[in-house]
Amino acid sequence: MNDSALAVELKGIWKRFPGVIANSDINLSIAAGTVHAIVGENGAGKSTLMKILYGMQKPDEGTIAIDGELKEFESPSDAIDAGIGMVHQHFMLADNFTVLENIILGSEPRKGAKLDFDTARNQINSIAAENGLAVNPDALVAELGVGDRQRIEILKVLYRGARVLILDEPTAVLVPHEVDELFDTLRDLKREGITIMFISHKLDEVLAIADEITVIRQGTTVGSVDTTNQNISALELAEMMVGSELPTPETRGNTIRDEVVLDVTNLSVHAAGGKAIVDDISFTIRSGEILGIAGVEGNGQAEILDALMGLVENTGVVHFKGEDISNQSTRSRRELGIGFIPEDRHRQALMLEAPLWENRMLGHQTMAPNSKGFLLNISGAKEDTQRIVKEYDVRTPSIDVLASALSGGNQQKLIVGREMSGSPRLLIAAHPTRGVDVGAQAAIWDHLRNAREAGLAVLLISADLDELIGLSDSIKVLLRGQFVADANPATVTPQELGTAMTGAGKVSA
Amino acid sequence: MFMIAFSAITILSITRTFTDNSDLTSADTISQTLGFAVPIGLAGLAGIWSERAGVVNIGLEGMMVLGTFGAGWAGWQWGAWAGVLAGVLFGALGGLLLAVAAITFGVDQIIAGTAVNLLAVGLTKFLAIVLFTNAPGGGQAQSPPIKGSIPNITVEAIANPLIALHDKGIFFISDVAGLVAGLFYQLSLLSVITFALFAGTSYILWKTRFGLRLRSAGENPWAADSLGVNVVKYKYIAVTFSGLLAGLGGAYLSIASTIYRNGNTAGRGFIGLATMIFGNWRPGGTGAGAIMFGYIDTLRLIDTGNKNVRGLILLGALVLFVIGAYLMRTGKRSTGTAFAILGSVMIGAFLVAKNFPPEVAQVAPYITTLLVLATASQNLRPPAADGVPFRKGEGH
Amino acid sequence: MNLRRLGTSLIAPLLGVGISIAVTSIILIAIHAQPLAVFASMIKYGASAHAMTLILNLATTYFLSALAVAIGFKMNLFNIGVNGQYTLGAMAGGAVAGSLQLPTLLSVPITIAVAMFVGAAWAGLAAWLKVARGVSEVISTIMLNFIATAIISYTIVRTSVGHETSLNVRGTALIPESGMLRGIPLLDPKTEIYGFFFISIIIGILYWFVLNRTRFGYDLRATGHSATAARTSGIDAKRMTIITMLISGALAGLVGLPYLLGDAGSYNLNFPTDWGFTGIAIALLGRNNPVGIAVGALLWAFLDVASGQLILEGVPREITTIMQGVIVIVVVMSYEIVRRNQVKSEQKNVARALEKQEVAA
Repeated sequence: MNDSALAVELKGIWKRFPGVIANSDINLSIAAGTVHAIVGENGAGKSTLMKILYGMQKPDEGTIAIDGELKEFESPSDAIDAGIGMVHQHFMLADNFTVLENIILGSEPRKGAKLDFDTARNQINSIAAENGLAVNPDALVAELGVGDRQRIEILKVLYRGARVLILDEPTAVLVPHEVDELFDTLRDLKREGITIMFISHKLDEVLAIADEITVIRQGTTVGSVDTTNQNISALELAEMMVGSELPTPETRGNTIRDEVVLDVTNLSVHAAGGKAIVDDISFTIRSGEILGIAGVEGNGQAEILDALMGLVENTGVVHFKGEDISNQSTRSRRELGIGFIPEDRHRQALMLEAPLWENRMLGHQTMAPNSKGFLLNISGAKEDTQRIVKEYDVRTPSIDVLASALSGGNQQKLIVGREMSGSPRLLIAAHPTRGVDVGAQAAIWDHLRNAREAGLAVLLISADLDELIGLSDSIKVLLRGQFVADANPATVTPQELGTAMTGAGKVSA
Repeated sequence: MFMIAFSAITILSITRTFTDNSDLTSADTISQTLGFAVPIGLAGLAGIWSERAGVVNIGLEGMMVLGTFGAGWAGWQWGAWAGVLAGVLFGALGGLLLAVAAITFGVDQIIAGTAVNLLAVGLTKFLAIVLFTNAPGGGQAQSPPIKGSIPNITVEAIANPLIALHDKGIFFISDVAGLVAGLFYQLSLLSVITFALFAGTSYILWKTRFGLRLRSAGENPWAADSLGVNVVKYKYIAVTFSGLLAGLGGAYLSIASTIYRNGNTAGRGFIGLATMIFGNWRPGGTGAGAIMFGYIDTLRLIDTGNKNVRGLILLGALVLFVIGAYLMRTGKRSTGTAFAILGSVMIGAFLVAKNFPPEVAQVAPYITTLLVLATASQNLRPPAADGVPFRKGEGH
Repeated sequence: MNLRRLGTSLIAPLLGVGISIAVTSIILIAIHAQPLAVFASMIKYGASAHAMTLILNLATTYFLSALAVAIGFKMNLFNIGVNGQYTLGAMAGGAVAGSLQLPTLLSVPITIAVAMFVGAAWAGLAAWLKVARGVSEVISTIMLNFIATAIISYTIVRTSVGHETSLNVRGTALIPESGMLRGIPLLDPKTEIYGFFFISIIIGILYWFVLNRTRFGYDLRATGHSATAARTSGIDAKRMTIITMLISGALAGLVGLPYLLGDAGSYNLNFPTDWGFTGIAIALLGRNNPVGIAVGALLWAFLDVASGQLILEGVPREITTIMQGVIVIVVVMSYEIVRRNQVKSEQKNVARALEKQEVAA
């Protein structure tokens, strides 16, 4: 490979944080004008690496070379000057600003002291036209959808003359045709000579768009594959990512009983403007059944869960164990026997600056063993916390440490253990093993399977399609707030399911 | 906007005719209204600067107090303009203190602001005793009189004919005449400066690079940081300048009453915050709110024979009815009804009582603030990251 | 009690006091006074039995005020309206007590109940405005303070609630001896410790108990930790806001009673009106913890009582307000730093401890 054609070269990058080595000896070579994908599991170190490349962190050791020149970045401004642009996974946009204001922030054209809006508008329109990105510079970002917002993020970096684009999990929130549009845009950019680095864990997409793929596992580079010259399958990539035989959560046997635990009829959730985020859905879950909902993030899953827990206004009827709970408060639904593992553990499931045993009580503070009548039963709660720590393998020196001191995976284990205590009849679980290491993931699946045998009904939402297929007894596909397909976990493949989720294809039921 | 102005003037006219009180729209009243509006408006403007950068500034009252003190202390020794300078400086120091506590140390912004208030009041009380007790004309809780004053401007060519028109008492036309005349009659230079500051703020914050970056610190500081904007620097500037403006408002208070006196801010810093909320964090609405409060303050103070209080009550009742009707039409039935009931009570009081105790006028500004906030709070859009502490490097 | 945690939580107050002493010394030198002599005379006076009794009495008032503020702070509710709540409560209590001729065992509880009710109602207004109309309680409680002042002035001066209790002084009718709660001269035979001192200890214990041992207290603290997590866990935020503000207002209503029933006997326009702000400062100092608040209240009371001596040294007594202001600012900043360090060091410790476990295993 001709060295002068290397747009980006990382050699020997090391980065340590207290208690963890995020990047160890990372080596990366990226040719100009190509799409280079970086894949790895959650927590493998991809984000840290990209932050280093973008100047948000400094590496402890190692070198960065852009177009053959060695660079040191003290801040994102230096990276921007070197022609690097980052499109973040969580968009960094000011909702109350216009598209134009968001794009020019930090690199504003001026006429004396006054902002030169006209020049800015012209520049943006011409860059947008060149690269096939349609935008209205004077629209308020708050009114724009996800696909538009991503286009603005891309424009932001192009506006600053970026020649190397880093995209962090760009398709995580896109629906199928938006993914296609994005990939078309990337191909256009490639033709202009722009280099693209693409972080993802969606292996089929990566295979569709990338010229070269580097796999990162546990902070270090495992290997690179040149897809233009070599054929590789998603499964092989996955095994490079995980390093061993993938665990399969296959559930055995039929444990479904007759009793209907959850019966939902005509559930709808409307946004402020009147649009239906959840559009008139109905489903039932029986005792001993796990119902999985497959769908790209942002299609209404979070709202379905919030509605079931009484956290958001909704229409429709919800029956739990035969009783109509549609108007009951969140607390009474929990007291009736519904457990809830929410999606965002830091914001919804934990008090980070409280000790573990106080967190164990969260959501269950009115029930045994946490309280007796109006008083708290602190010794009971502490004892039970010890039990959860043991049974769910929560790695902690004691139950008095603050929740923030635990790693994400261990926090998740505590939450799962908590929500499964007290013999709930229904467990609503959103991405229950997100951030959890492989070994503990298997343990949690075991707990779920055992509870299922004992009659627990589960509503499962997961972005991990293997988890979804392996655990569920039946799967429904959610798209734009409606169920569009049913899938049989015994026969459906992740690829088929992924395709159905994006609305492009059908599954064999 | 035009509708609101039109209906406001109509209501004023009705009230004036009904209560036969030409003071309600006289040039003199308007001129004094502007005077009273200045400190409140400056406090509101100060709030805008700080909150647009994402920092809630509860310490405005304390910064105003520092301003009043600075003006009293420098004013009696070296004249009114020295007082302005000192007031501005002391206020800015207060702002700087809040900035350090809330931005660098990450103290909760409301707690930090409250601490600044406590310190300011204690400090000024102490210094007043030390510095003013033995000064000629001073006392333990007040400064000697400030030398000189800020000049007034009167454009007689415009004011005089309009005042004559106002005295004729013609419905609506005379009132408009009085209102316009007030702008050219005994207008304090500080009022002019304040207008300029309002206009300048509008321009700077929305039309310049500096303003865009400052507002980005309050809308999404993490995005701004990722684009190389020095968020901390802009927050510091905003909060310190916020203190400066509040100090100016305080200085004006002292100069207008010719002395510094303990407690002469009387909560205006907080009323200023209310006007900022009412004005949706924009100079235009904030100014309008400040003028409304100034108007109430004026009527209360120049009230001879209790006439103005009755006028205020009728005025308030009419406004409540209008707002109540608007609320009911937009679907907020219970609150709208509450407002209408309150309005009726006030009309009843107006018709029944001949004399209102001075305490009624005394509470007028504060009750108005509550009503304003109760109406407006839910529909407004503060800067998206207002009140959220920013720490570099941390994701959101 | 975790000894290390105790140590770190003392750093901030000690730093605050230390820097305050330094700043005050500078000011003292600037006005030609001797810092050491001034401090020594304050401490000498403060150690006398008479002064100690006064300190305990004043501390009782401050303690109650801080508790009222603290219970709101624990939930990120800022009740700045304690001034209005306690003055209205004290006036109402004084008026009722002054009109009763009942034995102490009946009169005092009735007075307490009236004061608590009025304080709670006044705070309840702010709570309703917040829950129903989204009005920030910071501004609404402050406005209500000013409105309360006017109401009190009107009531005392212009209605029959006010009587001429002594030359040129109008206030509520004098409370008969049976309605007072005077104290016990424990330390100094000539000065009594307010009866309310002992009641406030009980209230402090109740406060701790409710906050840490009841479901309601858990819900309150959880809301203060993370409003979003609290909501997901089933806590009703609006209900919590209203109940907490009512409790805060009820506690505030008590603040004027130690002085009213232990000494004054009537509420008039000379009654102190800024004990609410003192409560805020002490709540911040004591980090909303009853023991911390008690210590803070004693410190504040000491400064206020001993400052009476300063006139003998030619120093205006208001210098203690500067000391207090500096303490608050420094302490509040230090607490934040200590908190952040604690979180970080916990993370490091846990990581280290787990590594050791792995190695051992």
